[in-house]
Amino acid sequence: MRLAIKISAIALSLCVPLAAQAHRAWLLPSATVLSGDDVWVTVDAAVSNDLFYFEHFPLRIANIGTAPADMPGGRAIAAAELSIKAPDGSKVEARNGSIGRYRSTFDVHLTQKGTYKIAVSNHGVFASYKLNGETKRWRGTAEALAKEIPETAQDVKATMSQSRVEVFVTSGKPTRDALKITGAGLELEPITHPNDLFAETPASFRLLLDGKPAAGTKVSIVPGGNRYRDKLNEMSVTTDKDGKFSVTWPTAGMYWMEAVVRENATAVKGVNERRATYIATLEVLPQ
Amino acid sequence: MRVPISVTLTGALTGAMASSALAADVKLSIEIPRLSVAEYHRPYVAMWLEGADQSFVGNLAVWYDLKQKNNEGTKWLKDLRQWWRKSGRELTMPVDGLSTATRPPGTHQINIPLDRAPFAGLAAGEYQVVVEAAREVGGREILRIPFKWPLKSAEVLKVQGQNELGTVAVDLKP
Repeated sequence: MRLAIKISAIALSLCVPLAAQAHRAWLLPSATVLSGDDVWVTVDAAVSNDLFYFEHFPLRIANIGTAPADMPGGRAIAAAELSIKAPDGSKVEARNGSIGRYRSTFDVHLTQKGTYKIAVSNHGVFASYKLNGETKRWRGTAEALAKEIPETAQDVKATMSQSRVEVFVTSGKPTRDALKITGAGLELEPITHPNDLFAETPASFRLLLDGKPAAGTKVSIVPGGNRYRDKLNEMSVTTDKDGKFSVTWPTAGMYWMEAVVRENATAVKGVNERRATYIATLEVLPQ
Repeated sequence: MRVPISVTLTGALTGAMASSALAADVKLSIEIPRLSVAEYHRPYVAMWLEGADQSFVGNLAVWYDLKQKNNEGTKWLKDLRQWWRKSGRELTMPVDGLSTATRPPGTHQINIPLDRAPFAGLAAGEYQVVVEAAREVGGREILRIPFKWPLKSAEVLKVQGQNELGTVAVDLKP
């Protein structure tokens, strides 16, 4: 039984590195609200069951280092792109990056005052097909799909996966320029500033798919620290027609938020299905 | 973390002091408790004035570690969580006439002239003096002392802290 779970977990992480079934992808910043002159944050990035403990796999990030080749389930996973947006909208490079057995980590030097958005995104196509009676699996880009799958293939099932994992950190006074969305995939447009979240105080957000309201989408929110409690204490809300939803945080702490949209049609030729995932780690402070 | 406040009106003072009330200032007395802990740092303390609805009106004083090189003591200002989001993050420290060094355990008094901000030109209504303390590797505590403005009679309002603050008193004289 245990073996079966282990194998399926590895298989799952092989195919969908950022999808959260039994386990969850996350970024965890050392702080989200900072003061002072020489401000840094360290961000951990991992895929785990318990929030926010690194106990399963690192989140593979392309531009921060190379994963050890002898890591279980290692090489097959495509690395995600890290993008750090400064308060003035410019891009910032991560510093001191590394990928370990259980977590990836990097530093961000916050040289500007205001809010930074740190995002790890991934997109690709996963396909399965039959060739001469044998089931084959393939992954790659949407463009490569038509070229690389043989014409004689049968029962081709292709799913486009877009995922995005984000955190927000603020040095000094919160600003909004870095919060702007890209317009691709599932994204969060904060109404309440994501570094202005307080216990017992409602906060509202909008969920957007390709820049348009993701109406009727379930958003799951899990408070961190579930390793040491019996109940998951998951909160679930559904977006309204404008993609809006509101959360009242019961206590201070780090929260993991996830939403998934599945579609049975895509604009990409040969792709039958799309799965768009959005994940954020949000810090809620005491009153 | 809203702390229930017990306000003690020292009635004996009112009559006697109202007539001789010449000092045009608010006296704030803040007790920093002596704590028996392995690692002690003096607390950062912020004092400000806010409306009954907790809207920010103005700063009274901020005590933080001014002595560190390169203004490094500003790193922990955000631990004064409420003050940080209501005012601190808008300021560039140090601020003349507002920020001073941290204080050792004991009772400290500060005087805020009534003819200066935030009391000068203060509209009539209900207000509260807020005192928030946060200690490095320690805890945090916030106390509120409500009063009515303008002052009708002299009064001393007191509230007792539990952990990071001792007795905090506001001596109000019209």
